[in-house]
Amino acid sequence: MSTTLWQKHWILERNSILLLIGILIVIAIGGLVEVIPLFYLKSTIETADGMRPYTPLELAGRNIYVSEGCYLCHSQMIRALRDEVERYGHYSLAAESEYDHPFQWGSKRNGPDLARVGGKYSDDWHRDHLKDPRAVVPGSIMPAYPWLFTTDLDYEHIARDMKVQADLGVPYTDAMIDDALADVRTQATDNAPDADALAKRYPKAQSRDFDGNPDRVTEADALIAYLQMLGTLVDFKLYNDKANIR
Amino acid sequence: MTDSSEHPKEHQHGTTGHEWDGIHELNTPLPRWWLWLFYATIIWAVGYWIVYPAWPLVSSYTNGVFNWHARSAVASDLAALQAERQPMMAKLADASLQQIESTPQLLDFARALGGRAFADNCAPCHGSGGGGAKGYPNLNANRWLWGGTLTDIQQTITHGVRSGDDQGHQGSMPAFGRDGMLKRDDVVTVANYVRSLSGLSTAPGTDLAAGAKIFAANCAVCHGPQAKGNRSIGAPNLTTKIWLYGSDLNTIIDGVWNGHGGVMPAWGGKLDAVTIKALTVYVHTFGGGE
Repeated sequence: MSTTLWQKHWILERNSILLLIGILIVIAIGGLVEVIPLFYLKSTIETADGMRPYTPLELAGRNIYVSEGCYLCHSQMIRALRDEVERYGHYSLAAESEYDHPFQWGSKRNGPDLARVGGKYSDDWHRDHLKDPRAVVPGSIMPAYPWLFTTDLDYEHIARDMKVQADLGVPYTDAMIDDALADVRTQATDNAPDADALAKRYPKAQSRDFDGNPDRVTEADALIAYLQMLGTLVDFKLYNDKANIR
Repeated sequence: MTDSSEHPKEHQHGTTGHEWDGIHELNTPLPRWWLWLFYATIIWAVGYWIVYPAWPLVSSYTNGVFNWHARSAVASDLAALQAERQPMMAKLADASLQQIESTPQLLDFARALGGRAFADNCAPCHGSGGGGAKGYPNLNANRWLWGGTLTDIQQTITHGVRSGDDQGHQGSMPAFGRDGMLKRDDVVTVANYVRSLSGLSTAPGTDLAAGAKIFAANCAVCHGPQAKGNRSIGAPNLTTKIWLYGSDLNTIIDGVWNGHGGVMPAWGGKLDAVTIKALTVYVHTFGGGE
């Protein structure tokens, strides 16, 4: 009577290993149905004009961003919601994280979203703010990061770092990797003679003395260079919102 | 005495037949309310698949009967917001800055719009009330580096200061000491002289006459012979009690030695023209506007 299916289910209920395997299969189906289509559906794969790999200095700054745990309080993803777009600018495109390994989207916002913070504030402000956030934003709960300004940037290994990124799919050329050390110094210097050549290889790359200390390349140079380029690569005046409803 | 392993509900629902050490596992059915809610969620899911984009197919996905997309949803939300603001925005766009200030209805709207934009974009440097901070000008004071009329403020917001914008304000304080234009002693002397201009105390034994000479030869070109400043290049008036970086001797020495050149971003590319107008009026009505 109530034997067949019901009693077969008892096998799962009474055997924890079988139950575990059963749960895994069910959850895997749920996950795979959501994940796999993103790899082949054309409408979910978008490219954006203007995206380029990070310069070596920006990449080093990104490493500091990650190692200092900035992502724990700051997201880099403007969601497609009215109030977010009103405050932070155009919603983030997945393609803007194209060269992020790993991405910094996040969902925790103790601090504001940083996806388009580039160019919003001056280098001076970033210096003052990183050294002592309360000096410029009295109500801030952000910790101070004064050591960034006294710690020389360890960029000896940045070329190897770029190689790893290249293995992950970032289109760094051999020439880019060979020039990495020189590029770091160029980008962290005011009026560097090679700045134009750098900007040719990495369009829109900004070269200057970011940390206000021309004698050294510090971690602050790298971090501020990274912050000042966030969200500046894609020109949204040229981006067609209507054509890209997907 | 009843058997302790016998649960009173055992007769009602029976057991699963599973028994251990005299304890029987009851076969109590799920509560009805829970079961029906569970079925309802399954039915809801089917409805959801029909209405919203849901299932991936080979080369596309099911769009749902509403053809809903996150991107078109935000676009229409923004369009609705714009339509709501449009009548007032259009009035702001047509009115001159002076007209906005003299028309209470426009002024209220401009101050509300400008205040929101200020809080997000300007307050981090200039302070939430425009009070400024070291290196970031106070916007309440009746002293302006680049001019405090409505047009001046609009120009500064749109194009910024040393921002890289071609039409932005240029010019910065040279590093007289670092670049070897003045000797260390001269820097100290002229810093004392600058303090004396606004009636601040000077270090004992300072030769103010020598300071005046150094000032005339090096500083007067930009700050003016009377040290009253020059707005076309943003050289501050040194005779007032308002100091961008601070009035203590060491700060002034540091400024003369290393120079200054604070940057204000150009907002023309980030904010629309009407918002910049509203911001201009908002800043102008802080109390320092000319």
